[in-house]
Amino acid sequence: MGYVAVKGGQNAIEASIARIAYERLKHGVVLYPEHIRAGLRGLVDQVMSEASLYSEAVAALAIKQAEGSPEEAVFVMRAFRSTLPRIHYSFTIDSESMRAERRISATFKDIPGGQILGASYDYTHRLIDRELAGETDESAEAWLRQWFAAGSSGADATDRIGRLPKVIDYLREEGLMKSIEPDDRDPRDITKEALSFPTVRSQRLQILTRGQTGAVTALGYASLRGYTPTLHPTVAELRVGRLPVVVPNPFGDESDEDDGYYIGEIKVTEVESVVPASKAKGYGESELEFDIGYGICFGQNETKAIAMSLLDQCLENPIPGSATHDPEFVLYHIDSVEATGFISHLKLPHYVTFQSELDSVRRSRGPMRQRSLSDQGLGDGGSY
Amino acid sequence: MNPLSNYAFLDESSKREIRRATLKAISIPGYQVPFASREMPIARGWGTGGLQLTLSLVGKGDRVKVIDQGADESVNAVNIKKLVSSTTGVEVTEFTASASLIQSRHRIPEEPLQADQILILQVPIPEPLRLYERSEAATRKLHSEKEYSGAYLILFEQIMRYGRVSTGADHPVMVNDRYVMAPSPIPRFDNPKMDSSDALILLGAGREKKIYAVPPHTRVVSLDFKDHPFEIESVEGRCCRLCGATGVYFDELQDNETGETFYQCNDTAHCLSLMNAEDGV
Repeated sequence: MGYVAVKGGQNAIEASIARIAYERLKHGVVLYPEHIRAGLRGLVDQVMSEASLYSEAVAALAIKQAEGSPEEAVFVMRAFRSTLPRIHYSFTIDSESMRAERRISATFKDIPGGQILGASYDYTHRLIDRELAGETDESAEAWLRQWFAAGSSGADATDRIGRLPKVIDYLREEGLMKSIEPDDRDPRDITKEALSFPTVRSQRLQILTRGQTGAVTALGYASLRGYTPTLHPTVAELRVGRLPVVVPNPFGDESDEDDGYYIGEIKVTEVESVVPASKAKGYGESELEFDIGYGICFGQNETKAIAMSLLDQCLENPIPGSATHDPEFVLYHIDSVEATGFISHLKLPHYVTFQSELDSVRRSRGPMRQRSLSDQGLGDGGSY
Repeated sequence: MNPLSNYAFLDESSKREIRRATLKAISIPGYQVPFASREMPIARGWGTGGLQLTLSLVGKGDRVKVIDQGADESVNAVNIKKLVSSTTGVEVTEFTASASLIQSRHRIPEEPLQADQILILQVPIPEPLRLYERSEAATRKLHSEKEYSGAYLILFEQIMRYGRVSTGADHPVMVNDRYVMAPSPIPRFDNPKMDSSDALILLGAGREKKIYAVPPHTRVVSLDFKDHPFEIESVEGRCCRLCGATGVYFDELQDNETGETFYQCNDTAHCLSLMNAEDGV
């Protein structure tokens, strides 16, 4: 018969997988994906953004499977993404065509088109609402009836107002914005080509927009707190709304946008920040102008989009020695799947590598070897 | 085999692209080829580089072996094997000699590899100069200029501080007298097995998005100094409690009752085959 391998690993894994199913189901209550889509909008938006896959249905399922853990849900979405061939690239989306439901500016009180508060927690008191514990489907329906009866609707502001002009254009007309040459090169797809340095802006923006919300926020915060040696940035405009996506007609003229197919719309948060920057005038004098930072991400993720706009501006202006202005530091460390994966690998066995380290540590504690210094009579080799 | 999955999980164009990067890596021994690493259903840092190599190479006739730190039955090895077999239907094996593809985390099997085998090593940090230079743009330049004083400086500083080179696993090697390479965190004990190997050795770093290779019969030299020659971990005076083997890499264990330290072959498949050979099986 002979010896056979112990199948301990296999059995232990199966037991662990069964146990995680038990933890999800032990209360005997099933969470339906439609409840996640209806009630966990913030989490669905965050997960779609970090997964860089726009599908509320897949995100809701991933969140259910992950029991609400964003890192796990993002992981599942990204792995799913790897199985999908890339069939189309959409036409460039002009974000001015956004159907905005929210639009605010921190630079001017009166902006053309007006401030539109839309849906936001910004103006609420963050007190635990004990009444929500007793909320029922009936009470929700009653609330909705009242809302519609009062003449409110779920329509977007732009359905009424039309296209909104960009706040930043006002500064641009006055010549206060740093002039930037349009860059209409095709974006470099970071999922089809590994990042190399120096990077181009399209690569940086892709990595920032799919960055882990907490990581992007933390680094944006660091920049604001002092890692960026400039004056305070200001949010010229923050918009939340929906953008149409059109792909080329594969059977017609691929460059003709009018012949393309409208495949749906995506909800995004878009931020344009202005940052005062110094501009040399010559003869050792300089003047100030405004530099722009751009942030955009899937769903309503306002803190992340603002932080992204700060980091975009940082990375456009690298400063040696400043972490938030170092493209490698920022771009290599903010991805959820990469960061959580490598951190969590520390749970794997390290029996071989640790044994090797142990060998080095034990040897270094033994009697010191004669060194070349002692050969030259400069020391006894064992005293330091 | 899962009928809903692509063969070998990834779509065909992804696999083709990984194979292209692999061919380039084989053509330039020791050079790190960037590739568009895909997100896998296994965590980044848990062997996704090796896994993408395995999945891009595995054909219907292959036999796959997966080892994690020496053991076929380690949970992560089991998990990776499960993914490979459920998406391809190919046979998995524990026997080193009968495997055509061997994916391994941090060990080269004790049993010498054959010319028709491919060893795929999982790599966490592919850059041997990272300790010395944190910028990727800068390290790529150092490699292109064959400027390796930093690699030696790391070792020299260890000698100054501890009286000896204190690398653990992942002791850097010079490949084909051109590129300094991280052999992945294999113990120093395994470094010499890379030199003039009969089998092709591929190294994949999923998170860091690099593939590199040591083609068969390539010269691989562990970095050292004349007065501080490269040394492997000491296995002297140790023997396996199960099969009695000596001169192999060991796991260090403690007897639950007596508290006594004992040793066991780290390569579980090798240990098993030695025990069976003694039994005349």
